[in-house]
Amino acid sequence: MAKYWSWLFFLVPVLGTVLFWVSADSQSWPLLQHWFPRDVSEYGHIIDSLFMVILWLTGIVFIATEVALAWFMWRYEAHTNKKQVKFIHGSHNLEVVWTVIPAATLLFIAIYQMNAWAETKVREPNNPGVRVEVTGRQFEWRLRYPGEDGNFDTPDDLYSVNVLHVPVDEDILVELKSADVLHDFFLPNLRVKQDAVPGMKIPVWFRATETGVFDLVCAELCGWGHYKMKGHIKIESREEFDAWLVELKQKQHQSVTPPGEEEQ
Amino acid sequence: MSTASKRDQGHASHEPARSHGIGHFIGTYVFSRDHKIIGLQFLFSTLIWFLVGGLLALAVRWQVAWPWGEGAPFGIQGMPILGNLFFAEQGGQISPEFYTMLFTMHATVMIFFVIIPILAGAFGNYLIPLMIGADDMAFPTLNMLSYWFMWPAFIVMTAAFFVEGGGPAAGWTSYPPLSVLTEAAPGSGTGQTLWLVGVTLVGISSMMGSINYLTTILQMRAPGMTMFRLPLTIWAMFITALLQAFALPVLTAAGFMQLADRLVGTGFFLPDGATANNMVAATGGGQPLLWQHLFWFYSHPAVYIMILPAMGMVSDIISCFARKPIFGYKPMVYSISGIAGLGFVVWGHHMFVSGMNPFLGMTFMVATMMIALPSAIKVFNWLGTIWGGKLLFTTPMLFALSFVSMFIIGGLSGIFMAATPVDIFIHDTYFIVAHFHYVLFAGTAMGVFGAIYFWFPKMFGRMMNESWGKVHFFFTFVFLNGTFFPMHILGVVGFPRRLADAYQYAVFHNLQPMNEFITWCAIGMVAAQAVFVVNFVYSIFLGKRVGRNPWGANGLEWSAPSPPGHGNFDFQPIVYRGPYEYGSPESDTDFYPQIQPPPEKPAAVPAGEPVVATS
Repeated sequence: MAKYWSWLFFLVPVLGTVLFWVSADSQSWPLLQHWFPRDVSEYGHIIDSLFMVILWLTGIVFIATEVALAWFMWRYEAHTNKKQVKFIHGSHNLEVVWTVIPAATLLFIAIYQMNAWAETKVREPNNPGVRVEVTGRQFEWRLRYPGEDGNFDTPDDLYSVNVLHVPVDEDILVELKSADVLHDFFLPNLRVKQDAVPGMKIPVWFRATETGVFDLVCAELCGWGHYKMKGHIKIESREEFDAWLVELKQKQHQSVTPPGEEEQ
Repeated sequence: MSTASKRDQGHASHEPARSHGIGHFIGTYVFSRDHKIIGLQFLFSTLIWFLVGGLLALAVRWQVAWPWGEGAPFGIQGMPILGNLFFAEQGGQISPEFYTMLFTMHATVMIFFVIIPILAGAFGNYLIPLMIGADDMAFPTLNMLSYWFMWPAFIVMTAAFFVEGGGPAAGWTSYPPLSVLTEAAPGSGTGQTLWLVGVTLVGISSMMGSINYLTTILQMRAPGMTMFRLPLTIWAMFITALLQAFALPVLTAAGFMQLADRLVGTGFFLPDGATANNMVAATGGGQPLLWQHLFWFYSHPAVYIMILPAMGMVSDIISCFARKPIFGYKPMVYSISGIAGLGFVVWGHHMFVSGMNPFLGMTFMVATMMIALPSAIKVFNWLGTIWGGKLLFTTPMLFALSFVSMFIIGGLSGIFMAATPVDIFIHDTYFIVAHFHYVLFAGTAMGVFGAIYFWFPKMFGRMMNESWGKVHFFFTFVFLNGTFFPMHILGVVGFPRRLADAYQYAVFHNLQPMNEFITWCAIGMVAAQAVFVVNFVYSIFLGKRVGRNPWGANGLEWSAPSPPGHGNFDFQPIVYRGPYEYGSPESDTDFYPQIQPPPEKPAAVPAGEPVVATS
């Protein structure tokens, strides 16, 4: 009877695999949209595929070790295993095998990731289509575009809040700042995440490949209103983007309210 | 009459002369310097806090499943109990800042009041002298103080709930400037100051414990107990104590720096002109990232402080109930040491998207990948241990095996986070929450349950009920997987931690049913602990009485009386071999206690030597 405990342990790899499989299959009810959100960026699919590489590698190890555990529990239960216990203290060869193989695999994973990391965090684009300063502030996103002269801190700077307009198919360089506490600039659909740190200006870049409106999430605890520090990214064609900039400029000139306060 | 009183005096000779009445009671059970009493004090205190932390977790889960109580089952308005207690005027609907306080205190309680002290404080204290054959710790008074320094921490943390502005709400990581600027959050007032004082006091307690464990293990082993005859539990405790001794000073210093920032206006962690919520700007001149480096320089090794002792205890339990020697004793020791060594150079993997130099991220990625290696070696050796054994599925064994099974999940999911590009997306999502709960609850806490069932007969001279133990195991195992496994999926969608209401975002809108399922499982998991509580309390008083060695185990502690008296051993233990010689052909029984002389000596155990019960 006692050996049936192994079934409980056998369920772990079975149900675990099923859950991941069903979630990853975008067609299957009941877990629709329980996988990566739609990717609308140039580099998103690289991150997703790196995830999948690791998922396959770890998945194989997960299933193999969990099944071995359950099988040993079934096979070597005391009352049904009539053989003597194997009185051994280990095996040098096995230790070498299961040290070297995982070490090589792990090193492979690490080196395999380097380029993607460099693309997303090290190799800043030289000629970004748009530069925009994003400043996290309890509990909103303040946005500043450099205006026609292309430089910040000049009189033609344009201010907006919470809805980040960017043109599609161009490199966007965000200069990320914070006005008070830590925030985190998280664009789930573009696989972008970067903490905003007061006192630092952190470059973030991405290139969107589809138009549409997507979520901008604050992903670093920033106080009581953290959950509602919600913004959007509006990805649009270059023409629409330019038109919006013109509109923003006109509004700003007419406006008597101080810059940054206007919500469109 | 005269002989009796003489014997009494002899027995109580360790105590002061006036050894009766209230002073005696206080000296023996309250301010005791006996490592076993101190261990039990730690055990009872941490188990009570475990309950508090679990209930806080349910409050967090309630909010995540039904934000602001909307749509909650059975027509419940707002949040049960806590809502009525603190938010009666709002119809029990909690405030968002209360939610931030809930998860801050859940983590704080679980880490600083449960996991760390239950491993090192309760089991370290109880087991180290017994398993190495010593009569007590090297510094009994220091040991007593290590427990009593927990009490100011308990009081200060509890008080933090009730001060103006409410409890600390900057997360257990207490990142500045949120935790330093008093206007940044309601809980960043007095509550945060008390939190820092409380954590520092816990640190002092841990430091006193770790010095004691190191000294005791190095200096007080019984004759014949070489370092490589130590049980893996003791090796794990030893390495853990080393980690504590080297990492804790950094946290303590960082804690004082944050206190100074808050109270006397230094600016270690504040940039120039730091401000929040229109408060007067601080002078600053510091760096918020400095705190993160210092904090994780402690708290990453602390992650191993929170798992290594459980790994050690699980190794002992598995070997005992596989009736087979542990597979690869020395590789196990080396991998514990390897985890500890690498543990000091991986803290940056908590900071991949923090704004830290991205080149550093690459270095930390390689180091972090490599730390998965000793963990993998340990798993393979556990599998090697049960291979070819004769497994007895007692309650402690089931918990120990579940530790292995769950640690595989928690270990593998760590590889995703170590990969920096993948971490960009899953950082601060429920993938992380799933990962560390698989390590800390499904791993460590299950290991701790196993250890409680295993050493309970030694602690109280009585067994816990096996059938109810298995009921407890079954429901805990099922519900914990129901709770934590789906969180991986939430993480893949990008569902962020610490959001009071994430469903307003279009990408996360459809995740509520899964979160409701998780909450139901969490409720089931906490409810299943009632079985444990009843079994535990009942068995202390009415459990089946047992002799010295009810499990047929080899360790030295099983040759002492159950429970051991003051001074532990009623004979001088002499150690002839390591603790894992189960199924040895040299022995008539399927176990071979460390104190049993080898057969070259006179065949039978000579009269007068202690006879080990073989029930």
